[in-house]
Amino acid sequence: MVEETLSAEEPKAAELKETLKVEDLHVYFHTAAGAVKAVNGVSFSLKSGERFGLVGESGSGKSTIALSLLRLIKPPGKIEGGHVFLNGTDLVTLTEEQMRRKRLDEIALVAQGAMNSLNPVRRIRDQFILAYKDHDIDVKRSGLEERIGDLLTRVGLNREVANMFPHELSGGMKQRVCIALAISLSPSVIIADEPTSALDVVVQWQVMDTLRSVQEDLGASVILIGHDMGLMAQFVDRLGVMYAGKLVEIATVRDMFGDPLHPYGQMLIASLPSLESRKARLEGIPGITPSLLNPPSGCPFHTRCPKVMDHCSSVTPILQEVRPDHWVACHLYEEA
Amino acid sequence: MPALIEAKNVTKIFGGGLLDKSRTVALKDFSFQIDSENPSVTSIVGESGSGKTTLARMLLGLAAPTEGEVLYNGKNLEKLSGSDRRQFLRDVQVIFQDPFEVYNPFYRIDHVLETPIKNFRLADTEKGRRDLMIESLEAVGIRPEEILGRFPHELSGGQRQRIMVARALLLRPKLIIADEPVSMVDASLRATILGSLLRLNREFGISLIYITHDLTTAFQVSEDIMVLYRGSLAEAGDVDQVVRHPEHPYTRLLVGSIPLPDPDLPWEGERAIGRPAGELGVQGDEYCQFHDRCPYAMPMCVQTHPPLFHTHPNRVTSCYLYRESPELPMPQMTSIFKSSNREGPPEETEQLDALDAELEVSQENSSTPTSADD
Repeated sequence: MVEETLSAEEPKAAELKETLKVEDLHVYFHTAAGAVKAVNGVSFSLKSGERFGLVGESGSGKSTIALSLLRLIKPPGKIEGGHVFLNGTDLVTLTEEQMRRKRLDEIALVAQGAMNSLNPVRRIRDQFILAYKDHDIDVKRSGLEERIGDLLTRVGLNREVANMFPHELSGGMKQRVCIALAISLSPSVIIADEPTSALDVVVQWQVMDTLRSVQEDLGASVILIGHDMGLMAQFVDRLGVMYAGKLVEIATVRDMFGDPLHPYGQMLIASLPSLESRKARLEGIPGITPSLLNPPSGCPFHTRCPKVMDHCSSVTPILQEVRPDHWVACHLYEEA
Repeated sequence: MPALIEAKNVTKIFGGGLLDKSRTVALKDFSFQIDSENPSVTSIVGESGSGKTTLARMLLGLAAPTEGEVLYNGKNLEKLSGSDRRQFLRDVQVIFQDPFEVYNPFYRIDHVLETPIKNFRLADTEKGRRDLMIESLEAVGIRPEEILGRFPHELSGGQRQRIMVARALLLRPKLIIADEPVSMVDASLRATILGSLLRLNREFGISLIYITHDLTTAFQVSEDIMVLYRGSLAEAGDVDQVVRHPEHPYTRLLVGSIPLPDPDLPWEGERAIGRPAGELGVQGDEYCQFHDRCPYAMPMCVQTHPPLFHTHPNRVTSCYLYRESPELPMPQMTSIFKSSNREGPPEETEQLDALDAELEVSQENSSTPTSADD
């Protein structure tokens, strides 16, 4: 049940395999004022062992995607359409019980606030045991102890941490415990939703370094969600840019930073502060995110776009592969 | 002429007496001053627990130092007369981290701007009041007609934080202390808010203390920087030199841990300095706070706290690796700052030109509907 699914495969075959495939996902939140289209037709796929980043401003739908992949969207939110194929199984069609078994076992979450996701009145060991019990794992107490210790050492913590309570740990240590919990059943996909946003920069490096090493050990894929472009540049292989519930650009991290195509992607990259020069332009992206209750017609970015054309406000651009491995949803790159 | 505000050998200890185990030294023997003549932009950078917010609270008179004193125009902040205190409350303004908590949700935005006008009798007539509000809002790049009369929940975090900047500007202070003003807003809005703060410095001659954990933005906005670590100054001076060529091992670690937005640049983290040297056996409480993580730690690092070594004309480092350089007493630390050694306002940078262009664009484009914040 807890077998590693990928270890035996040839690296080449693993490279070609799509672990996760999201197709035309729609997630709406039904409010009194109408449906808020938090995720509005998103498609992407994840190869095994790949690190994929999702960036966007708050309200762009990136965290909603994370929760949808785990089927943890609560009312008034609802997955309205689309498919999420995990190792070939469509998660959207599973029963609640079937989905519960997939969580942690095949797809795990490292959430934003570590301090909130650990139970404050339980020792760290018990939090692991609870997870195992939930997945019907019957390991003798001694074997279990061994395994929890191994998991903790794997994330750079002392075995003794198992005996401690969450309040005895620092924020960085708690986040590493969460990573250890997330990998405890060797999932094939780990979703990390702003895993370091509450941490100091040195601790952030430690946590991300830990996440990278366990991910490489397991051969798991990672989806990193956040808005820190620096973190993305240093961690992921490929990057998707979200805007108002849609993916507007997907590219390899080098293409995205070196040659962004979507005007939003270009402005996002241009607004990044650097340590190269103080003369860099201190510039944000003018305007504000559109309302998801009444998204603008056509391209969602047309209200802020410096390169807006006549038909941008009426025709919605489709995400297309305009260069090898570089996808963009913008009329600028469509054949006339 | 006394400094506008001066911290003189201040120490802040939280918790009980000497034997109390929960006793925490939040800031130790720190001196710092802000000139009332030369408008400056100074960053205070540190991680959680570095003492940066404690320092800000003491400069604002919100916390009293355990030892040492904070002076406003040469007078002890705790013993100000009524009229001096009033003037202090006007001269020194603050912008806090969370743009959501500072607003009372039951009042319209106008209230937060009207209150200081009324309290300090800045205008006598209704029209005068309104004109002041409009002038302030426009200075930070917000269209008054779009926010006046609205409620806080209708505005984005970026807008709310800029209104806080406008509120501070109303009083024409001499100093604004901004404690993590952009850590809770989206990256794309950070530049705009920092830009509006910078503009107040350049156009209205207001000094700025920018408190942050983010070295990158500190590098972008300030001239001088102070790096704090566990309540002590690690390194200070010209921001360009400190960030690009850090001396103190802690600053090197901090700079090496920044994930730079370029996949081809390395992200070294702890590898930037290497493994800690090992246990040195601390006795007493005079030691370098960084010794237990420092790869260069020597026995002398745990015997006394390293003084400031004046390594370059515009910088000091509190580390024995630089003990060849002359020592500089803590109270003279700010004398090395670039802002203390120039006449008149800082030189114009291209940042401000870019900012002007941007403020124009944002005025044109800001008619888009408000976002539904999640």
